[in-house]
Amino acid sequence: MIDLILNLAPAWALEHAAPLLIMVPLVLAPILAVVPSGRIAWIMSIAATVGSLLLAIVLLGLVQTTPGNVLSYAVGGWRPPLGIELRVDSLNAMILLMISAIAVLASIFSWPTVNAEIPVRKRPLFYSAFLICFAGLAGVAITGDAFNLFVFLEISSISTYVLVALGAGRDRRALPAAFNYLIMGTIGATFYVIGVGFLFAATGTLNMAEMATMLPELSGNRSIHAGFAFIIVGLGLKAAMWPLHQWLPNAYAYSPSFVTMFLSATATKVALYALIRFLFTVFRPDFAFEQASFMFLLAPLAMAAMVICSFQACFQTDVRRVLAYSSVAQVGYMLLGVSIGTTIGLSAGLLHMFNHAMIKGALFMAVAGVVLTYQGTHVRDFAGLGRSAPWTMTGFAIAALSLIGVPLTAGFQSKLQLGYALFDHGWWWAVAVVVFSSILAVIYMGRILEAIFFQPPLNPRKHRKEAPILLLVPLWVLALANIYFGIAAGFPIGLARDAAAAAFGVEAFR
Amino acid sequence: MTPELLITLIMIVPLIIAGGIGVAGKVPNIREAVTLIGAAILFGLVVMLVMQVAGGARPELVLGEAAPGLLFAFKVEPLGALFAVVASGLWIVNSFYSIGYMRGNRERNQTRFYICFAVAIFGAMGVAMAGNLFTLFVFYEILTLSTYPLVTHKGDAAAQRGGRIYLLTLLATSIGLFLAAIMWTWALAGNSLAFVDGGLLAGANISPAVASALLVLFAFGVGKAGLMPVHFWLPNAMVAPTPVSAFLHAVAVVKAGVFTILKISMYIFGADLLASTPAREFILWTACFTIIVASLVAMTKDNLKARLAYSTVAQLAYVTAGAMLANQAGFLGGGLQIAAHAAGKMTLFMCAGAIYVATGMTNISDMRGLGRKMPIVFIAFFVAALSIIGIPPLAGGWPKYELMQGAINGGEPFVLAVLIGSSLLNIIYLLPIPILALMPPPGTPEPKPFKRAGGAPFLTVAAPVFTASLCVVIFFFAGDIANFLAPAVSGGTATSIIGAQP
Repeated sequence: MIDLILNLAPAWALEHAAPLLIMVPLVLAPILAVVPSGRIAWIMSIAATVGSLLLAIVLLGLVQTTPGNVLSYAVGGWRPPLGIELRVDSLNAMILLMISAIAVLASIFSWPTVNAEIPVRKRPLFYSAFLICFAGLAGVAITGDAFNLFVFLEISSISTYVLVALGAGRDRRALPAAFNYLIMGTIGATFYVIGVGFLFAATGTLNMAEMATMLPELSGNRSIHAGFAFIIVGLGLKAAMWPLHQWLPNAYAYSPSFVTMFLSATATKVALYALIRFLFTVFRPDFAFEQASFMFLLAPLAMAAMVICSFQACFQTDVRRVLAYSSVAQVGYMLLGVSIGTTIGLSAGLLHMFNHAMIKGALFMAVAGVVLTYQGTHVRDFAGLGRSAPWTMTGFAIAALSLIGVPLTAGFQSKLQLGYALFDHGWWWAVAVVVFSSILAVIYMGRILEAIFFQPPLNPRKHRKEAPILLLVPLWVLALANIYFGIAAGFPIGLARDAAAAAFGVEAFR
Repeated sequence: MTPELLITLIMIVPLIIAGGIGVAGKVPNIREAVTLIGAAILFGLVVMLVMQVAGGARPELVLGEAAPGLLFAFKVEPLGALFAVVASGLWIVNSFYSIGYMRGNRERNQTRFYICFAVAIFGAMGVAMAGNLFTLFVFYEILTLSTYPLVTHKGDAAAQRGGRIYLLTLLATSIGLFLAAIMWTWALAGNSLAFVDGGLLAGANISPAVASALLVLFAFGVGKAGLMPVHFWLPNAMVAPTPVSAFLHAVAVVKAGVFTILKISMYIFGADLLASTPAREFILWTACFTIIVASLVAMTKDNLKARLAYSTVAQLAYVTAGAMLANQAGFLGGGLQIAAHAAGKMTLFMCAGAIYVATGMTNISDMRGLGRKMPIVFIAFFVAALSIIGIPPLAGGWPKYELMQGAINGGEPFVLAVLIGSSLLNIIYLLPIPILALMPPPGTPEPKPFKRAGGAPFLTVAAPVFTASLCVVIFFFAGDIANFLAPAVSGGTATSIIGAQP
């Protein structure tokens, strides 16, 4: 499949794939803003994301076939380190593939929910904001320049605030949620840019690869240490690292269904990618202070997230808040994998990132279907839906089982890999935490599943009402992907291992 | 047929049956025909495979790689073949019984019931033939999930509560402890989870503390083995219709649990490593504790199915105890117990079901004198109870004998006392039921008339009679079964165990 697309791609696409990936949505976004009809905007956003997905596949193919596995593109012909460099290796090729695939599915599924939740005249603007957000996320993933990363981070964040606030049509609480997110997100971005400033002061460059070569000589430098701390906190805030996740549950619960689905599957993942990029590529993991930060900072925070947020998820009554808290807990799994500080650990974290995007994407799509047909997200509202909307709810159930980590689902593979990495590193006590958190997942997802399949409907007049087909198809694509990658996990594990090897700068291992 | 093809067919046939039942769901007679014919075909295939295994073949089939180091692989060895033949053979009997019971009781959602049953068999076959721990775990969970709708079949509040406890306990232990143990094994053994003769971890240099932790995780993680304190899902699962209790909770599910324990003891730890693991003693004591305490609890239960459930918990611990003796006789006793207890306990449950269909009675205290009206059922019950107690010439005698032998060889004489005590307790809580039913003391009021006109349906009586007679048959073929198991339990070097038997 990758080979086929590589062969079909024209020469200009092969040469300029990296900038085109961002430029397609970024250029289309302002055009969408002036398009008269929401439907045309929808079709154009599908076209833009499909284009980006194809380019992401091209990039992945190029990275895999290029010797050295790194693609570098000088924007505007200005050579790095002076100019901005777009740099694609196995790590961000995987991230780009993931977010653009989710973006395609998200934009296909968006129309029914946007139709129901967004006022007519705001629809083109809504799609415009979505494309800007997507372009920003892709930009964060693709850039090789630390300051440029900040710019893209802000592009995606500002459009996200707008998208979240548009949920006000359905629930006024979206406005304080968006404001809260705005404040927290801005603090995070500010911290990040302060950290970059420290690094720039010490190294005199903003290019990440260049920075990475200069940092080892400066390892005792205080401003490097300060910059490191600022960057970790800033990106940690964006990635919803516990306890910096307070913005997330409300933002997920009250934004439009489509936004929740898209953000949950991409936004925190991209921030986490940036964190990994800095931890492993810019700063080398052999920095003594960084080793300490893995062991004493990231791992405890990750485990706290896994336990505390799973507990919180057990006590939520709104399904979207259950899933939101679960997301924070799942970010904990990824961080735990990262914090092991080995290639296997990092690949386990990345694999879970990939799988979690599929899981949460499917779950929030199903919830969006229920919002659409039954106008409720309380657990009670889900009672008896297994009979009235079997297709939607079976998709939900598959993803829920995957989240729990039942065998033959993708979530099981990520738990196995994580457990293997932890035992391999001798952190058997951390496995106990993983396991405990999984059991909490059984409880909080089991509660919803039981309501869906085994409780009588709250409102007996509820008749058979499936989600629209446009919503069901992407939902089932994700649900089946969960099963497929649970049975044959070779492809994502291969991607994750290549990515981990790229982050560490070592030979790829399989 | 090549063994590889046989394995493939054995895995596919239950799924085809499940599909066929779904298609024929509207026409009950065709639906039942699909079940019966499919079950017979499955049993035939398993028997053919068993013949090849008995001839010394160890067929293997690798379906593919789920992830690096994690293979979907099947490998049939004698113990697994025995479990497969027991499960698939008794499934035929149980299918006849189910038809009688479900129709006699006019249960709803029968199509779903039979589909889930077929999927459960699929899970049991997968567990029996799994070639590594990963595959075993996958099918173990399929078995858990497919039996949940069966447990909650009635759909009322009690069934939901029981089903919730069932699912949560089994999932929590398997994901919480069993999976952790698997991952640990995977890391210790260096990217392999295969079942190896003599033990996968035998060569790996692991400390006694690690081995102990691993063993404890396995023993309590395999919740289906019902070791106390993770046994309580089993009594709660008794809300299920009786065919489910009879087959799944006396044969397929619980035996899958103890089979897993045996398999781990033999092929992951290996007798030598297991014998030198300190926690082995602890698990052995826990098993003995379970044997005694579950029997004592059984005495207090007036509900017949609850009493049988606690009796099952006690009997399952025999197998765990046998595995923890870590010698040939212990393993052999555990293997024989899988077959012998299956026939006996299934009979008891089917009798309980027949009584329920005919009279609606569930309490033992109401059954005095009932044997006059249902003599065949209670005679079958009596025979099976004797088998569970372990009186020759009934099947239950052999495993007890081998376990005692193993306890003496292994230098654990207290196990002997526990086994004898267990037999005495069995007599106290099982035998009074048929005796009081068949020979009520003078002055016992006449039991209530049958709820269902005509009493128990024919099939619900014929099936327990058949399995009760199996208890006798197995006694006389125990030597053959032991011969069959010998290469597995003696770790490849087939020494003659049979010579040591009277």
